[in-house]
This record gives sequence, C-alpha cells and structure tokens, in this order.
Amino acid sequence: MAEAVQGSGPSPTAPKQMTMADGTPLKVALARATRRSKIRALLLVAPLLVFILITFIFPIVDMLMRSIDNPEVNEAIPLTVAELDRWDGEGMPPSAVFSAFVQEMGDRSDEQRRNLGRMGARLNYEDGGFRSLVNKSQRAAAKIQDAPLQFALVGFDKGWEDKKTWPTLDTLAETADFADVLPTTAEQLRAWETGSSPFAEKVPGAETFSTILSELATAAGNGSLDRLLPVIKAENKKLATLIEKTGAQAGDIEANPLRYALMGVDKAWGQPDTWKTIKNVSSPVTASYYLNAVDRTYDSDGNIVMQPEWKQIYVHLFMKTIYVSLGVTLACLILAYPISYLLATLPSSKGNLLLILVLLPFWTSLLVRTTSWIVLLQTQGVINDTLVFLGLISDDNRIEMIYNMTGTIIAMTHILLPFMVLPMYSVMKTISPSYMRAARSLGANPLIAFVRVYMPQTVPGIGAGSILVFILAIGYYITPALVGGQDGQLISNFIAYHMQKSLNWGLAAALGTVLLSGVLVLYWLYDRLVGIDNMKLG
Amino acid sequence: MNHILKSAGVAAVALAALGYAGTASAETLTIVSWGGAYTKSQVEAYQKPWIAKTGDTINSEDYNGGLAEVRAQVEAGNVTWDLVDVELSDAVRGCDEGILEPLPVEDLPTAPDGTPASEDFIAGTLHECAVGLIVWSTVYAYDTTKFSAPPMTIADFFDLEKFPGKRGMRKTPKANLEMALLADGVPADEVYEALSTPEGVKRAFAKLDTIKDDTIWWEAGAQPPQLLADGEVVMTTAYNGRLFNAIVNEKKPFEIVWDGQVWDIDLWVMPRGTPNKERAWEFIKFSSDTQRLADQAKYISYGPVRKSSFDEVLPEMQPHMPTAPANFKNPLQNDFEFWADYGDELNERFNAWLAS
Repeated sequence: MAEAVQGSGPSPTAPKQMTMADGTPLKVALARATRRSKIRALLLVAPLLVFILITFIFPIVDMLMRSIDNPEVNEAIPLTVAELDRWDGEGMPPSAVFSAFVQEMGDRSDEQRRNLGRMGARLNYEDGGFRSLVNKSQRAAAKIQDAPLQFALVGFDKGWEDKKTWPTLDTLAETADFADVLPTTAEQLRAWETGSSPFAEKVPGAETFSTILSELATAAGNGSLDRLLPVIKAENKKLATLIEKTGAQAGDIEANPLRYALMGVDKAWGQPDTWKTIKNVSSPVTASYYLNAVDRTYDSDGNIVMQPEWKQIYVHLFMKTIYVSLGVTLACLILAYPISYLLATLPSSKGNLLLILVLLPFWTSLLVRTTSWIVLLQTQGVINDTLVFLGLISDDNRIEMIYNMTGTIIAMTHILLPFMVLPMYSVMKTISPSYMRAARSLGANPLIAFVRVYMPQTVPGIGAGSILVFILAIGYYITPALVGGQDGQLISNFIAYHMQKSLNWGLAAALGTVLLSGVLVLYWLYDRLVGIDNMKLG
Repeated sequence: MNHILKSAGVAAVALAALGYAGTASAETLTIVSWGGAYTKSQVEAYQKPWIAKTGDTINSEDYNGGLAEVRAQVEAGNVTWDLVDVELSDAVRGCDEGILEPLPVEDLPTAPDGTPASEDFIAGTLHECAVGLIVWSTVYAYDTTKFSAPPMTIADFFDLEKFPGKRGMRKTPKANLEMALLADGVPADEVYEALSTPEGVKRAFAKLDTIKDDTIWWEAGAQPPQLLADGEVVMTTAYNGRLFNAIVNEKKPFEIVWDGQVWDIDLWVMPRGTPNKERAWEFIKFSSDTQRLADQAKYISYGPVRKSSFDEVLPEMQPHMPTAPANFKNPLQNDFEFWADYGDELNERFNAWLAS
C-alpha cells in the first residue's frame, strides 16, 4: 500500500504543479471537493454535537464554575468589601468599613434582603452562626442608621437604656456642676418631659445621646468630669461608674459609633476574626467548596485546617463509595462469569432463552426492581417470613437485610449484573472452541486449559464489564436512597441532598467534580494497566 | 402526587354559570401542603368550599417541609407554587430572606362577633408574611400490642432496656433534639437555652446516640403510622393528627404519649413572585376565617388558631387536640427564632451525625 502511494506521487524530477484541465491546481480542486464533503459530514453530526454540547458539556462546565464561583458577599455588600480590601487585617477594621456595612445591611429593599439572605447562607458554610448573625444585624441596621450615637452608647453599655439612668440624670441636670460640665446636655434634659405616667418614655431623643457623648468626651479630655463624678456618685453609684466608664471611652465611641452599635447587636462584630472571615469569603472565586468536599476549611487567617470532627464526613463517604463500588463490581464479576460462559457455550436455541432471562430485568424499570427488593428483604418481607415459617429463625430475631449496607449491595449487584454479563458474553462468543481443544490435545488438563488458554482471552470482556459496572456504581443514587437506610448512603446521595435540600450548590458541584476526577483517574489507570484498546463492549 | 380536583371544579363552573357565584373568571391555584390525612382535611375544609364558590381549579401538591423548593423557585424566577403550608420557623426565615410575599394581615376577616383578626388569632400566629392555620404537635405513639407495661413519659422513648424494639423518628433535628433533652431531664423551659450552647447540642446528640442503631428515619408525615402498622417499629414520633387518623379513623391499636410533646403552628405563606398573588390572598382570607378553621378540626385533630373557632370544634374532637388540658401537661413550644437562626447548622450536623 505504501509503495503504491509513493509510486503514484509526483516524481522528484517534475517539480511543476499538477493542474486540472481548466488550469486550477489539483491541490486546490481536491481541497474544494473534500471541503464540501466535510461540511456535509459536519451537518450530519451537527444535531448530535449540539445535543451533546447543550445537555452534557455545558452542564459540566457550569457545574465546574459553580464549585469555585463565589459572588454572594460581593453582591450583597460591595462597598464594605472594597473597604475591607484596604484593611491590613491588624486589629479592628477602620470605621469606614462599619459605615459602609451598616448602610448596606440597613437597605430593606427586596433585592437587597435576598442578597443578604444569600450572603448569610454563604458565610454560614464557613462558620456556623453567621446566618443568624446576619439576620439579626440586618433587622437592627435600619434602626442604627437613624440614631447611630444612641445605639453606640447602648451598645457600649446596656446601662444607657436602663429605665433609671435618664430620669436620674434629669434630676442631676438641675445642679450647678452638671450644668457647668455638661451644659448642652443639661439644657436638653431640662427641656425633656418625662411625665409621671408609668408608660412615659424613660429615654430621651437621639439628639440628647449625641450631645452627652460629645460633652463627655470633652469633659473627660480636660479633666472637668472628675469634678462632676462625686456629685453623681452621691445620687447613684452605678450611674457614676457608667459615666466614668463612658467618659474614658467617649472619644473612641464618637469616632467609631457604628462599631459600638453593632457590638450591641452581637459581640461577634467586635472580634477581628468575624471581619477576617468576611474578607476571606469576599474573593470572587474560592477553593473553599473543594476544601469542604475533602473535610478541610479555611481558618480566619486563611490557613487550610481540618474541619471540626463532627463535620468530617466526605472523605469517609468517598472511601465508602469506592469500597462499595469495588465490592459490587467483584460480586457482579463472580456471578456473571459462569453465566456468560454458559450463554456463550450453550447451543443458540437454549442460549437465547437464557439471554432473554438476563435481559428481562434489564428492560424492567429501575424503581420496580429496587422496590421489589424491598418486598423481598424487609423484616416483615418474603425472605424473613419464609425463614420464620421454616423455623430457621425466631419471630423476634428477623434478619435486617434492607435499609442498611447489605440492602444497598444486594440491590445494586442485581441491578448492575446485566452490564457485566453482556460485554463478557459478547467476548466469550467470539472465542473459538478450537483453542481449548488444541490445549487439551497438547496435554493440558481441563483446569490448566481453562486458566491458561480460555481466561486470558476473556480479559477484554472482564475489563469492559468491570469498568462499566464500577463507573455506574460509583455514581449510583436512587437505589441507595431507597434501600440504603442511614448507613447505606453513598456520596451521590449527599450530592443530591446538597442540590435539593440544603441548596449548597457550590458544595454539591465540588463533590461532583471530585467524583468525576476520581473516575477519570481510574480510567487513566485502567488504560495504563490493561489498555483501553483491549476493552470490548460488544 | 397531585389530587387535581377537576371534577369538583367542573361542577362548580356549572354552578357559576347558573349565576350562583358572582366572582370573576375561574383561575388555577397551586397549593402545597404536607400530604396524606392533613392535606385531605384541608381539601375538605378549605378547597372544596372554595371551588364551589369560585369555580377555580386547585392543584394540590405534597412536600415534606423546609424552604428549599420555595427558595429554588424564587431564585430561578419561576414560581409555580401559589401557597405553601409551612412551619413558623420557616415562615420567619423566608420573610427575613425576602423570598416570601409580605401579606396585608390587617385585611383578614373579623370574627363573627366583629373582633378584629389581630385579636382573634392567638398570639404569635400572625406574621408579616404568614397567616396561621393550626396548632399541631410532634408526639410519640406506641403499638399497644407490643407492651404489657406501656411507656408513659418521653424518657421511656429513649429507654431500650425497658421498652425494646425499633424506634421511628423524623429525619430532621427539629423536635428530636428537644425531645432528647427533655428525656435527659432538662426542664421544658430550659431546653432552648441548653441547645444554644455547644454542650447542650452535644448532650442532645449523645442522647440520640443511645437509640441511633435502633431507629428508622421517616420523612413524610404519612410514614410513621404506616411503620407502626407494618410492625417495622414499636414506637415512633409522629404528627398528632396523623396518629389520630390512624387510631380513630383506621382503628389501629396505637396509643399517643403526650408527655414531652413539641407543639408548633402551621401557616400559609406565598412565595415571592407568584403570578396568582391576588387570588391566593383571597384564598388565604377564605380559608383562615372562623368557620373554615373550625371545619378543619372535624377531619383531623389539629387545633384552630382563631379563638372564635374554639367553640365551633366538635366536642368529640376536643380530647384529641394537643391543647386539651389532659394532653398539655409537659408541652414545649417549638422556638421559631431558635430554629430560624440555628436551623442550618443543626441540620448539617444532624446529617453528618446520621452518616457517621
């Protein structure tokens, strides 16, 4: 063949291009002709290509994107995130962060509430408790915006909303010292009508809070507050402590009112770790779903650490899924080998009948097959009833064969068996019986002839069946969900749980991607060890 | 499972054609509830009279609680559920997250004597985004044929030595953790305080650990009576109305233990963006009036949330209500704020615990 091609090619002595009758070079004409047939071929496969793109490639890419996509925090509080980026992570974040945060949290529009809800859910994946923190603060933020200094004082010390505090101050406002040290406060308090009714307001307007705060800051600064304290102490000791404590911090409170106000909502806002977590989670892409999928997480400094012990389940589940799949594959192999051998060696009239028996369950709905196992295996089911009837077990000691791992393995093995039988059968069918006869005539006993001559020829079928069953088993979902109980659940059930129930789609996507890459690695290993060309699917 | 009440709808349209109903043209509402005997009581008490009045078609769908489906629909911008019957904690959380429509609850019909709805509904059953319907309770029941000395307290549920046999529990931390602590000796009024601390959560899970290997987990409300009837479990937690249905209507040999009952309310909510907002609101107003709430208590033993409906409840139903004095001795009200705040974490922990 190679010689023929060489012989018909242009000879080296004729460098001139070959042309068609109309003078166009042959190469161009050929390209034109093949292009047309290429386009036709492409059009013929186009429906399939588009179908695969839309239903297979696109969802997988979308899933990969979701597992690293991290828009929630950025969408809900973009200004705060911008301010946090400027923060070096030392001590508490600057007051600009707090003002942006309160402004964004206080926005009660529908869209923003949804965004904040999503942000709370996202932060909760990192650290349980964030959702309640966000919800609580969201409700409070709108109020804080209206009277920041009032909430700052109350946040600094709950004593500022105590029902005794202000009426006592109101009485003291009449004294000369008070009027001297805190003049505007005294003036406002004198104008404040407490009223004598028990339902009367025990706290003055927001304006008085800001006045007293700024005057306390000044008075504490120039030392005049020390003059006033004994006067207050004489009236109420607790109040004096409150004033002294507030005076010492008044400057800081005035400079960072929103920080103190938020700390009044929840102490967590006063801890730098809270803000570091938000800062870490605000990046547009994240690896945290993947870390989560392998039982790891970021700490507040961004280091990768193990999850708390009660959260470490996924590595265990992945291992369990792999063991179960290997077990099911092995069970299928042991059960399918003799059947396939029988099918392949029987005369075709009987062989076909047996083949139909293999195919019949294959054509039956998966759900029907799974639920019929429930009927057979449950504690009040057919098998247990028979055993009790025969007196092999007592009525109180019925065997548990379903809603656990046993049930999962039995049902999965049964359902996946045809996928093992069919490739092995098709391979065995092609093995000529003369090989075995030759081996026997050369002196091998039946066992050696079978092991050394027949079995090696069935390897492509074993390989094809095993890889098919294993890959189907590793992603199996509906059977474990129905018959697995609590300890028969596999990783795919948790992917479904995160898709449908917890709505943590990022984690579901990451778990799915880990599973997919695991399968690809196994496929590659198989190719290296057995060779994918040796696989025969029929 | 859809019970499409088309035939009833057709009959109602015929009535409407006779000039019986004066309302606008018929519409289709999709109403989602918890299935089984409970949905049946709502069909009888609310939906059939509504269909007769308006000629609407009602698609009745079942779900197993939680906000996942609602959130998925709202976020995808494809809302197909018009009304959902939810637990209080989910109503509060859904409202906070903006996935539920705010409802003009001040427009609800007054009691027959003119008391405004805000006073007629018992405290805590009207919410910015939700209108209360029933008081229900998670209790446990046992098969009377299995024990000579019957279990009496919530602690007995966790006592495998005295009361051997399989248990059934709902596959959720809600109510289970509370019952575990109650059984472990925590007084009802300190349960949520304890559950707010890591030690309390640990203690509750430790108590659940003692029966974990002997527990079958159910998800749909109709399952536990079936598990009991099949002999798969000897005792199980369940919604009291489902047990009522099995005991009274189906004559099963079950007995309810009311000690340590965890009661809650169910409410109507509307997923945000439903295309049938106005009609759904009309349906809420109709179904939460005094008569309809009292009617529902004919079919299932859940208490109405309107004070004016109390007297309308049939006398033979009274002893089966969770709030009947004999049953209400050691009750715990499900703390909606606690579950709205800690639900996610505890769900995650519960599922990890189940899988380990």
